[in-house]
Amino acid sequence: MNPSPYGIVSYAAYLPRHRLQPEELGTALGIKAGRGARIAASFDEDSTTMGVEAAHRALPGHGAPDALYFATTSPAYLDKTNAAALHAALGLPHDAFAADLAGSARSGIAALRAAWRGGGLAVLSDVRTGRPGSADERDGGDGAAAFLFGDAGSAVAEILAHTSATAEFLDRWRVPENRAGEQWEERFGLERYLPLIEDVGQRALKAAGAGQADHVVLVSPNSAVRKRATKVFSARLSAGGSPIGHAGTADAGLALADALDRAGADETILLLSAADGCDAVLLRTTDRLPAARQPEPVAQQLAGGRDVPYATYLTWRGWLDREPPRRPEPERPAGPPSARGRGWKFAFTGSRCQRCAFVHLPPARVCKECAAVDAMTPVALAGARGTVATYTVDRLAYSPSPPLIDAVVDFDGGGRCTLEIADGAADQLAVGTRVEPVFRRLHTAQGVHNYFWKVRTTKEASVDGSTA
Amino acid sequence: MSSNGIRDRVAVVGMGCTRFGEHWDRSADDLLLDATRECLAATPALAAEDVDAYWLGTLGSGQSGMTLSRPLSLDYKPVTRVENYCATGSEAFRNACYAVASGAYDRVMAVGVEKLKDSGFSGLLRSDPPGDGTAPELSLTAPAAFSLLDPAYCDRYGVEPAAMREAMTHVAWKNHANGALNPKAQFRSAVSKEKIERAPLVAGRLGVFDCSGVSDGAACALIVRAEDALRYTDRPMYVKGLSLVAGPARGAMDPGYDYTTFPEVVRSAADAYRQAGISDPRSQISLAEVHDCFTPTEVVLMEDLGFAERGQAWKDVLDGAFQLDGRLPVNPDGGLKSFGHPVGASGLRMLYECWLQFRAEAGERQLADPTLGLTHNLGGRPGGCVSFVSVVGPDLG
Repeated sequence: MNPSPYGIVSYAAYLPRHRLQPEELGTALGIKAGRGARIAASFDEDSTTMGVEAAHRALPGHGAPDALYFATTSPAYLDKTNAAALHAALGLPHDAFAADLAGSARSGIAALRAAWRGGGLAVLSDVRTGRPGSADERDGGDGAAAFLFGDAGSAVAEILAHTSATAEFLDRWRVPENRAGEQWEERFGLERYLPLIEDVGQRALKAAGAGQADHVVLVSPNSAVRKRATKVFSARLSAGGSPIGHAGTADAGLALADALDRAGADETILLLSAADGCDAVLLRTTDRLPAARQPEPVAQQLAGGRDVPYATYLTWRGWLDREPPRRPEPERPAGPPSARGRGWKFAFTGSRCQRCAFVHLPPARVCKECAAVDAMTPVALAGARGTVATYTVDRLAYSPSPPLIDAVVDFDGGGRCTLEIADGAADQLAVGTRVEPVFRRLHTAQGVHNYFWKVRTTKEASVDGSTA
Repeated sequence: MSSNGIRDRVAVVGMGCTRFGEHWDRSADDLLLDATRECLAATPALAAEDVDAYWLGTLGSGQSGMTLSRPLSLDYKPVTRVENYCATGSEAFRNACYAVASGAYDRVMAVGVEKLKDSGFSGLLRSDPPGDGTAPELSLTAPAAFSLLDPAYCDRYGVEPAAMREAMTHVAWKNHANGALNPKAQFRSAVSKEKIERAPLVAGRLGVFDCSGVSDGAACALIVRAEDALRYTDRPMYVKGLSLVAGPARGAMDPGYDYTTFPEVVRSAADAYRQAGISDPRSQISLAEVHDCFTPTEVVLMEDLGFAERGQAWKDVLDGAFQLDGRLPVNPDGGLKSFGHPVGASGLRMLYECWLQFRAEAGERQLADPTLGLTHNLGGRPGGCVSFVSVVGPDLG
């Protein structure tokens, strides 16, 4: 029995580059901070930007989805659809549907469910924070995952069954005005969740006529459940949990992406997500999977990264109120210019002269090279690569995380633009360093997020032959 | 570029300039009044009511002609406020000159003012129209934008970074030494090269001493028809050439642009030289006041203005070519670096030094028999800017 004519045709995860080392946190707070680095979104990342990056990795080679479901517990905006920013950044067609499913970890399953029922793109993304010294800070993680659902005939994995149970009890909660969440005594939640997990898991296997799943992944906001992730439900080949610790809505997505990275063809994956009830999603991989995995597996993304000092991390999250540079804060981006320039601001689309091919970033109506007027073709550079022509470290400029580093970037195939460097220290930069555009939040002014593109160093060799 | 020029058709017959610096106790109104009164007091043959029209330059210390007419209580005179980034003061002067040359007015005053030290912030503040938040100049400060010249120049001409650092230091050292001789300069002390190089970094390799002074100040010039000039002073300063270029901001988008030159400066210099009949600026110009907003800017300008061969300016700087006793003194008054940079006043301040030098009133900085002076004023940044060049001299013909 297949409950959906749609299957996963493409998937990708995105893990930010920064890592908070437990020793660093433990020393600062005088506590035992556990083991394993925490994945930390940079100051210029939020659930929207990370979602864009995950989706950008999943979409190439596939047609544009006609629906986008964006799930997060850390929405950048309320009263405004964050999925609309993703829609713009991904350059999706104007007649596509885009909506947020925001609030709790279970919204992630809701986004997947909406996408497998009607086709479309599910993006699960979260920046999880907690008070300094809290379990959420220590054991949580930031990340995003995107799943494109299309014709089951071309899928890398199809949905065999989905079963649910819903239960109202106080385990994890947060009132909207608080940044940090609360947790009841974790063993209470554990007692509630264990039978729910067993129930939905068995029902899913039964519905699909399967005795045991090849791979089982169990995620939950409840830390006691997470600790038992590999023991609660038996699997034929592998049993695992969240790859990065609790990551809100992204948790189920990252776990599923990780399982798809590892599973062979024609194997079953049972995704169990215990959040205010429990959901079981049973999938079967197809023989297309081995050739169509995401470009950079979750495990590989986990292994990379650069350490961020704890004081810097606290400043990024707003827990430490550091003295800003003596410069005025920027103005908020204005609505009408941002709407007029959305192709540029959100999708990094410039213009190429039809007469002489000169590329203009931002787009221009009059060609800088040959003066042709209104003879331009849009050129999307979000997936382009470029080379640093020159760069500087600006110690005077306003930045949410000074100093600001800007580089003059020449893009392959034409186009030059001065852009901020993301995720990098100046010591990684040189003339010739290879870079790629990334969608980021430059700053927030008067309650408006200023989204635009920066560049990040790639792992390619620089043009002078050395590796970045 | 086509321009007719107004060589020897108008003359400056009086000038005023306040001390530049942190005038905590003076408003823009005070500075405007101080500069214009000084100018009129030094020009007894011309009374305030004789001035037919005014051009006022200010980047952000006021809007409209009333920024001048109100504090001076002018008697219903035409006052035009102009703005052209850091070349604002020069723009006020250029338009005032054209007003006289056109025959529309006989006596015009160009005034520039900036009150920067009331903001509470260091450096320049921008006031941009509402935008989409994507313009790089919104994030990158001026020192950072100009710091791009340094590595680019080293790369293009194979100059050792240490040698370029030495040249930049030499520019700061020279301009501070010149400013030390100038009673109206913001910074009036010589600074050792060690101190310049030990200063805290601002952007790229630029330290505090590589940056011009942020200051308050005002300056002005009285302009009349050349044939009337001797009625007002026995030593007028004649305008030989005036050029202004606003770049298309192509460099910021053009991978062919290498950040070692300002094409806008090259164009405006060529235009002004043609108007003034200058074929060899190196031998014909006696002194130059140039836009040394940051030290690498002055190095690059020496090449763009034709004072040095391409790739050689850093050497000429180190050889002392542009010192007071060099072959072509540059910024004898201390420049933006130590005289200070109250934006709207700076272009007129540059002309003020030429005025003093031609009249042999430059005190310890006095040069021997200067015959032609150049002022160069720039607004914007590498990759897209406005550039102004003037040539002035004490003699007709």
